[in-house]
Amino acid sequence: MKKTKNKYKCFSDGKDWVYSKTVKEHFFFPRNILLDETDYKADGVGTVGSPECGDVMIVWIKVNKKTDRIKECKWRTFGCASAIASASMMSVMATEKGGMELKKAQTLKPQQIVERLGGLPDRKFHCSVLGHEALRGAVNDYLKHKNAGQ
Amino acid sequence: MKIRKVYLDNASTTPTDPKVLKAILPYFQDKYGNPSSLHALGRESKNAIETARNNIAKHIGAELEEIIFTSGGTESDNLAIFGIARAYKEKGRHIIVSSIEHKAILDACKKLEKEGFEITYLEVDKNGLVSLDLLNSSIRPDTILVSIMYANNEIGTIQPIKEISRIIRNNKLSNPIFHTDACQAVGALPIGVEDLGVDALTMSSSKIYGPKGGGCLYINKKYRIDPIMVGGGQERGSRSGTENVAAIVGFSEAITISENKRISESKRLIILRDHFLQRIEKEIEGVFINGDKKQRLPNNINLSIKGVEGESLILLLDKYGVYCSTGSACSSLDLDPSHVLIKIGLPLELAHCSVRFTLGRHTKKMDVDYAMEMLLRSVAKIRSISSMR
Repeated sequence: MKKTKNKYKCFSDGKDWVYSKTVKEHFFFPRNILLDETDYKADGVGTVGSPECGDVMIVWIKVNKKTDRIKECKWRTFGCASAIASASMMSVMATEKGGMELKKAQTLKPQQIVERLGGLPDRKFHCSVLGHEALRGAVNDYLKHKNAGQ
Repeated sequence: MKIRKVYLDNASTTPTDPKVLKAILPYFQDKYGNPSSLHALGRESKNAIETARNNIAKHIGAELEEIIFTSGGTESDNLAIFGIARAYKEKGRHIIVSSIEHKAILDACKKLEKEGFEITYLEVDKNGLVSLDLLNSSIRPDTILVSIMYANNEIGTIQPIKEISRIIRNNKLSNPIFHTDACQAVGALPIGVEDLGVDALTMSSSKIYGPKGGGCLYINKKYRIDPIMVGGGQERGSRSGTENVAAIVGFSEAITISENKRISESKRLIILRDHFLQRIEKEIEGVFINGDKKQRLPNNINLSIKGVEGESLILLLDKYGVYCSTGSACSSLDLDPSHVLIKIGLPLELAHCSVRFTLGRHTKKMDVDYAMEMLLRSVAKIRSISSMR
């Protein structure tokens, strides 16, 4: 597995939290959670991670078929504050400004999520990786069904 | 509900008792002499540390020369392992420790492996208890040291120290030196060294409402020890370095208070702990208690809550003013989950969901009830976000 570099390290000086204000905000007030997926008609679902690793993320997306952009991006995750904040920020990035183009969503990099979060401690960088993988999984899932349907 | 501050991380460290603080303050600006100095100021400090030594020795039934003052639990543990191993390496190179020792013991052992020592890490059962048969059969003619902690800091399990001592002393192949890390036991369990049957024992000031930066290693005068701090020759050559007089005085004061309160505090804490535990088991689903239910420190609660990752729980509780800790990988510096939880056979998934509450002298029933309310709130929130329900 290619190791992505953490370009946005942040160091704790002990004064405040080990996390940035943005991470705190997204941890305490996460966006786009799907509380109950029973009646949610997702266009694509992506699941990444394992309980043994302490990180599991599920992402549900709805796609605007005309523009091929992400209309809705919902998620749930089992993981630490970094994982929760990363998922929340990822979901915001995927749906803002009219929604992310599918191709862009497939190639979203963890650094982009971390940059928007204002940085993560070095050892927490891997928690942000789950977000972009789950999104890619959801997009691939949608494309697979779309092609199968044609 | 108004946010209150409830500190439930006493196994990690404790607030300094006001009486202790009063006793140590003079040693910063009035009685600041170096105990090795020949003048009056030096002699005054020397007297203070010797008085402290006398008091601490009295409480554990040791002689003065058997107490070595250190900077705390980690240094004492390191000194026990490195010091005894190196002093007796001509006699043998085999050491036995439990697999759930504090890292101050385990990492010292790992370093000794590189020096040509062989270490047996005794497996424990699902409650964290060492098997006496396994211990007995592990002792070899070249075994020089056994180190097994009196009470575990994470899951609170209390080892049968007297029985372990008996096994070691009656073994036909070898009678290794028996060291125990008693950092968590002091103040909760009896610490008379003769009664316990230990040859060496670690104590830490910061766990018993004394100042950080102080502790000691008891080692029976029969045995030699190689120092790890060399230089000025303090502590009869066993631990060089200008003594931390304030911390030593504080440690002594703290142990006196601790021993006086031990029986009443233990009783009080058991009631509080069990009340908290009962509420948790009744009001939260998917809870697993880690550690032995009976052979357990009076103040320790360690549990895994299914689907609720440890670091996220700790941080939410922190926001609500409840301070505790977790064995989750995400919260550790090395990204590994607690080795103790792994060794008792807890599945990784549950190790990531662990939380530890350790009550203390200042904990009242309303603190426990408040913590319970915040725990309910936090668990509900995290479970709503969780992909593992």
